[in-house]
Amino acid sequence: MSALPVSAALARFGLGARPGSLAAAGRDPRGLFEAEMAAPGAGLLADPALPDGTASLAALYAYERTVREAAKASPMTSGMASPAASADGAMAAPRGMAASEPAMEVPKGPQGSQGPAKDAAKEPPKEQPLPTRMHWAEVSARLAHLTTGEGTAGGFVERLVRFWTNHFAVSTLKGGPVRVLSGPFEREAIRPHVLGRFADMLRAVETHPAMLLFLDSTLSLGPDSPAGRNRRRGLNENLAREIMELHTLGVGHYAQADVTALSGLITGWTVSGADGKLAPPGAFFFNPNWHQPGPLTVLGRTYPEPGFQRGVDALDALARNPATADFVALKLARHFVADVPPPALVGRLARTFRDTGGDLRAVSLALLAAPEAWDPAARKIRSPWEFVVAALRLPGGFASDLRPNAFLANLTALGEPLWSPAGPNGFPDTLDHWASPEGMKTRLDIAAKLAARVQADPGGITETAFSQGALSDESRHALAFAESRQQAAAILLMSPEFQRR
Amino acid sequence: MTDLCEHAPTRRALLGTAGALFAWSLMPRMASAAGARDSRFVCIVLRGAMDGLSAVAPVGDPAYGPLRESIALNGETGAPSLDGFFALHPAMPNLARLYRGGQASVIHAVATGYRERSHFDGQDVLESGQPGPGRTQSGWLNRLAQALPAGERVRPSGGAGGADLLGVGVTPPLVVRGQAPVYGWAPPMIARANDETVRRVLDLYAARDPLLASRLREGLDTERLASTQGGAMKMQGNAGTPDGMRRIAEGAARLLATDDGPRLAALAFDGWDTHAQEGGATGRLAKLLGGLDDALSAFETGLGPRWRDTAILVVTEFGRTARVNGTVGTDHGTGTVAFLAGGRVKGGRVVADWPGLSAQALYEGRDLAPTTDLRGVMKGLFEEMFSVSDATLSRDVFPGTAGIRPLRGLLA
Repeated sequence: MSALPVSAALARFGLGARPGSLAAAGRDPRGLFEAEMAAPGAGLLADPALPDGTASLAALYAYERTVREAAKASPMTSGMASPAASADGAMAAPRGMAASEPAMEVPKGPQGSQGPAKDAAKEPPKEQPLPTRMHWAEVSARLAHLTTGEGTAGGFVERLVRFWTNHFAVSTLKGGPVRVLSGPFEREAIRPHVLGRFADMLRAVETHPAMLLFLDSTLSLGPDSPAGRNRRRGLNENLAREIMELHTLGVGHYAQADVTALSGLITGWTVSGADGKLAPPGAFFFNPNWHQPGPLTVLGRTYPEPGFQRGVDALDALARNPATADFVALKLARHFVADVPPPALVGRLARTFRDTGGDLRAVSLALLAAPEAWDPAARKIRSPWEFVVAALRLPGGFASDLRPNAFLANLTALGEPLWSPAGPNGFPDTLDHWASPEGMKTRLDIAAKLAARVQADPGGITETAFSQGALSDESRHALAFAESRQQAAAILLMSPEFQRR
Repeated sequence: MTDLCEHAPTRRALLGTAGALFAWSLMPRMASAAGARDSRFVCIVLRGAMDGLSAVAPVGDPAYGPLRESIALNGETGAPSLDGFFALHPAMPNLARLYRGGQASVIHAVATGYRERSHFDGQDVLESGQPGPGRTQSGWLNRLAQALPAGERVRPSGGAGGADLLGVGVTPPLVVRGQAPVYGWAPPMIARANDETVRRVLDLYAARDPLLASRLREGLDTERLASTQGGAMKMQGNAGTPDGMRRIAEGAARLLATDDGPRLAALAFDGWDTHAQEGGATGRLAKLLGGLDDALSAFETGLGPRWRDTAILVVTEFGRTARVNGTVGTDHGTGTVAFLAGGRVKGGRVVADWPGLSAQALYEGRDLAPTTDLRGVMKGLFEEMFSVSDATLSRDVFPGTAGIRPLRGLLA
């Protein structure tokens, strides 16, 4: 029915082909995606070794205390333990984190010498600080899941996870707490709901410590609340604004008064500190003492009864607002299909969203069922994350370096540092953004780097990566006449058929 | 002589050496005519809405201290006074030095025409130069490059890469994007693909994918130019860290300093959205301002003899609330500051029609009221720097600004 080659469908909707993907898809990639959606536990990342968000934040508190105490005990060496900067307040040590973040660094030695063998020859690897190790463990779990995990031969569900994580973006650039929480946030607030209800995801996101900390809401206090009357603190409207602008309605569908009222409705939504006086350290809890009293009106609806529930009710109302359906439908279609997607497709997705009460499984199925989404013209380019993940799924040596810091460094160089967008709007999602001159040049450098370890014949790799008829004659020719296997591998990664989707 | 009503529809009181600006603006433009100089213009966009009331604090306004509480600046916090009324943030010693030397000025209570409070729409308006968000995919700096009068090109010939414009970052900011070709450049972070592989991929794109071919070729050209200046630059740094700002400025200055390099550049620094724990003389905002200050200094050093022909304009999408918020930070506001620095600048002045910070004077009861339109500032700059007429600027570069007078006399 569709002229879109199977391997191109795997790039557009999934993670790209890995050994076995083309066989599993047969002639029906849509069937493979739907089967993966129907599998029990679809979307979840089961790794018993990873601590939940509360435990992660508690571990960070304990680590920071140790660092502070060590600094006090031996002031001479305190300059080296830079996370001590967090001792002075809520902004926990972004500088210290950056200093201990090898993933962000240029290779130390001569260019191209970052192989583990060489590094090891220079000096034994130093143990990374605990927050870095926690972050890397989260990244490693994703790498394993994306490359060889169960239920990711097609990878549509993982692409949905990626989409929603970017829609509800938090950023590790905020500093220590958000850095250790970014992985748990994705596992706890996004993954359980990518095939569930939007309203449930919204609630999970806005009550997650990662989001509350990222958008400065943990200290927001009702000015007329019992605590507010005693202290010189008050509202912070950052989270409330982004809930409406970025998470649900989109800009233009609310007024400043709605922002102020919604920020009042979610006062008291906060995260327990290291002392754990009111809740276990690191956990979300509702502090009624901080909650703004009195009736508050958002978008014409008044919430009279103070308490946690009215914030949840306001979120539910935002999830049901027709503007939210339109906003989500446009973003989904733009991500998967085209920067300016066909209006009929957007309309159908929005209608499905509204008719099913925001059932994201139904919306995702509607996308897969839409003929417009199977247009053979590839109007998008893979994002850096999609590109690097697709390369790591190929056989023949592309995946010989699955260290989390190498993965993170590649994404940073390509302008899409993992879980680290510059702002709460996440990364842009357009062809022009990713196919920039600097972006394309960097892709070529990364492609050469990933290809440098390839030892296999390009023929076998090509058969895994591309279905019959997917590769142009020109690309086949360039691969066949490459001067080395490594060069062939780099050209394969840079071929229009691998880059476009 | 503090009136500028000759030049602006609203009364523009000029704090500082007001007379000089007035006198200058009546003189015919001669020394500044394009061709006489080899001008450089740099736009630095601060994303996230910089708090203008902390960057340049109106310490002489009686309402300022009470509004700002613990984050207020004053003489005791080491903020150097600019003119007795405004004080510069103490984290910016280089800017203070340039200001004293007549090579930097401040425009206060300034804003674009955007009056909502979304970062993303605000940046869209700031960078597109359009009256509202979502109107265009091109930025005003790109359209300025296209509007330069024939014979008064910023550069006599195409030169390497054929672009007058430099856009810094893996994705250049919107302000520089558009039909005129742009060098994209970002600090390199990884080893480069070998030349033969590069050639083959380019050949393949030439045959199969014209868009990717042109983008890749541009990226490669830019890198070639950057790496021939001062050898292999091994840089790193994120545009939202102080160290990253300096490194990015060093690289951009190196490109701008070359005789056949670009003349107009745009870069963006992130992270100015200080909703919580903003800090006063020290703290979060102070670190960012320190990074910006280092970046300005890196431009001064890196541009060498070209510094005297350079004007750098530092802008942000809007300001922040006048009153400190519940989390010792500030929320999205309206009026803010813009900085001008460089050898071309007629500095040592704070240009402002100060609206005051009393409860009645605040915009919507919460923000510094904007009294100067940023587009008027830009039009004044480009008229004098590049001899582009107000009519052209109002039509092609900043559409719909025919009613906004160019603010003249900002350049020496």
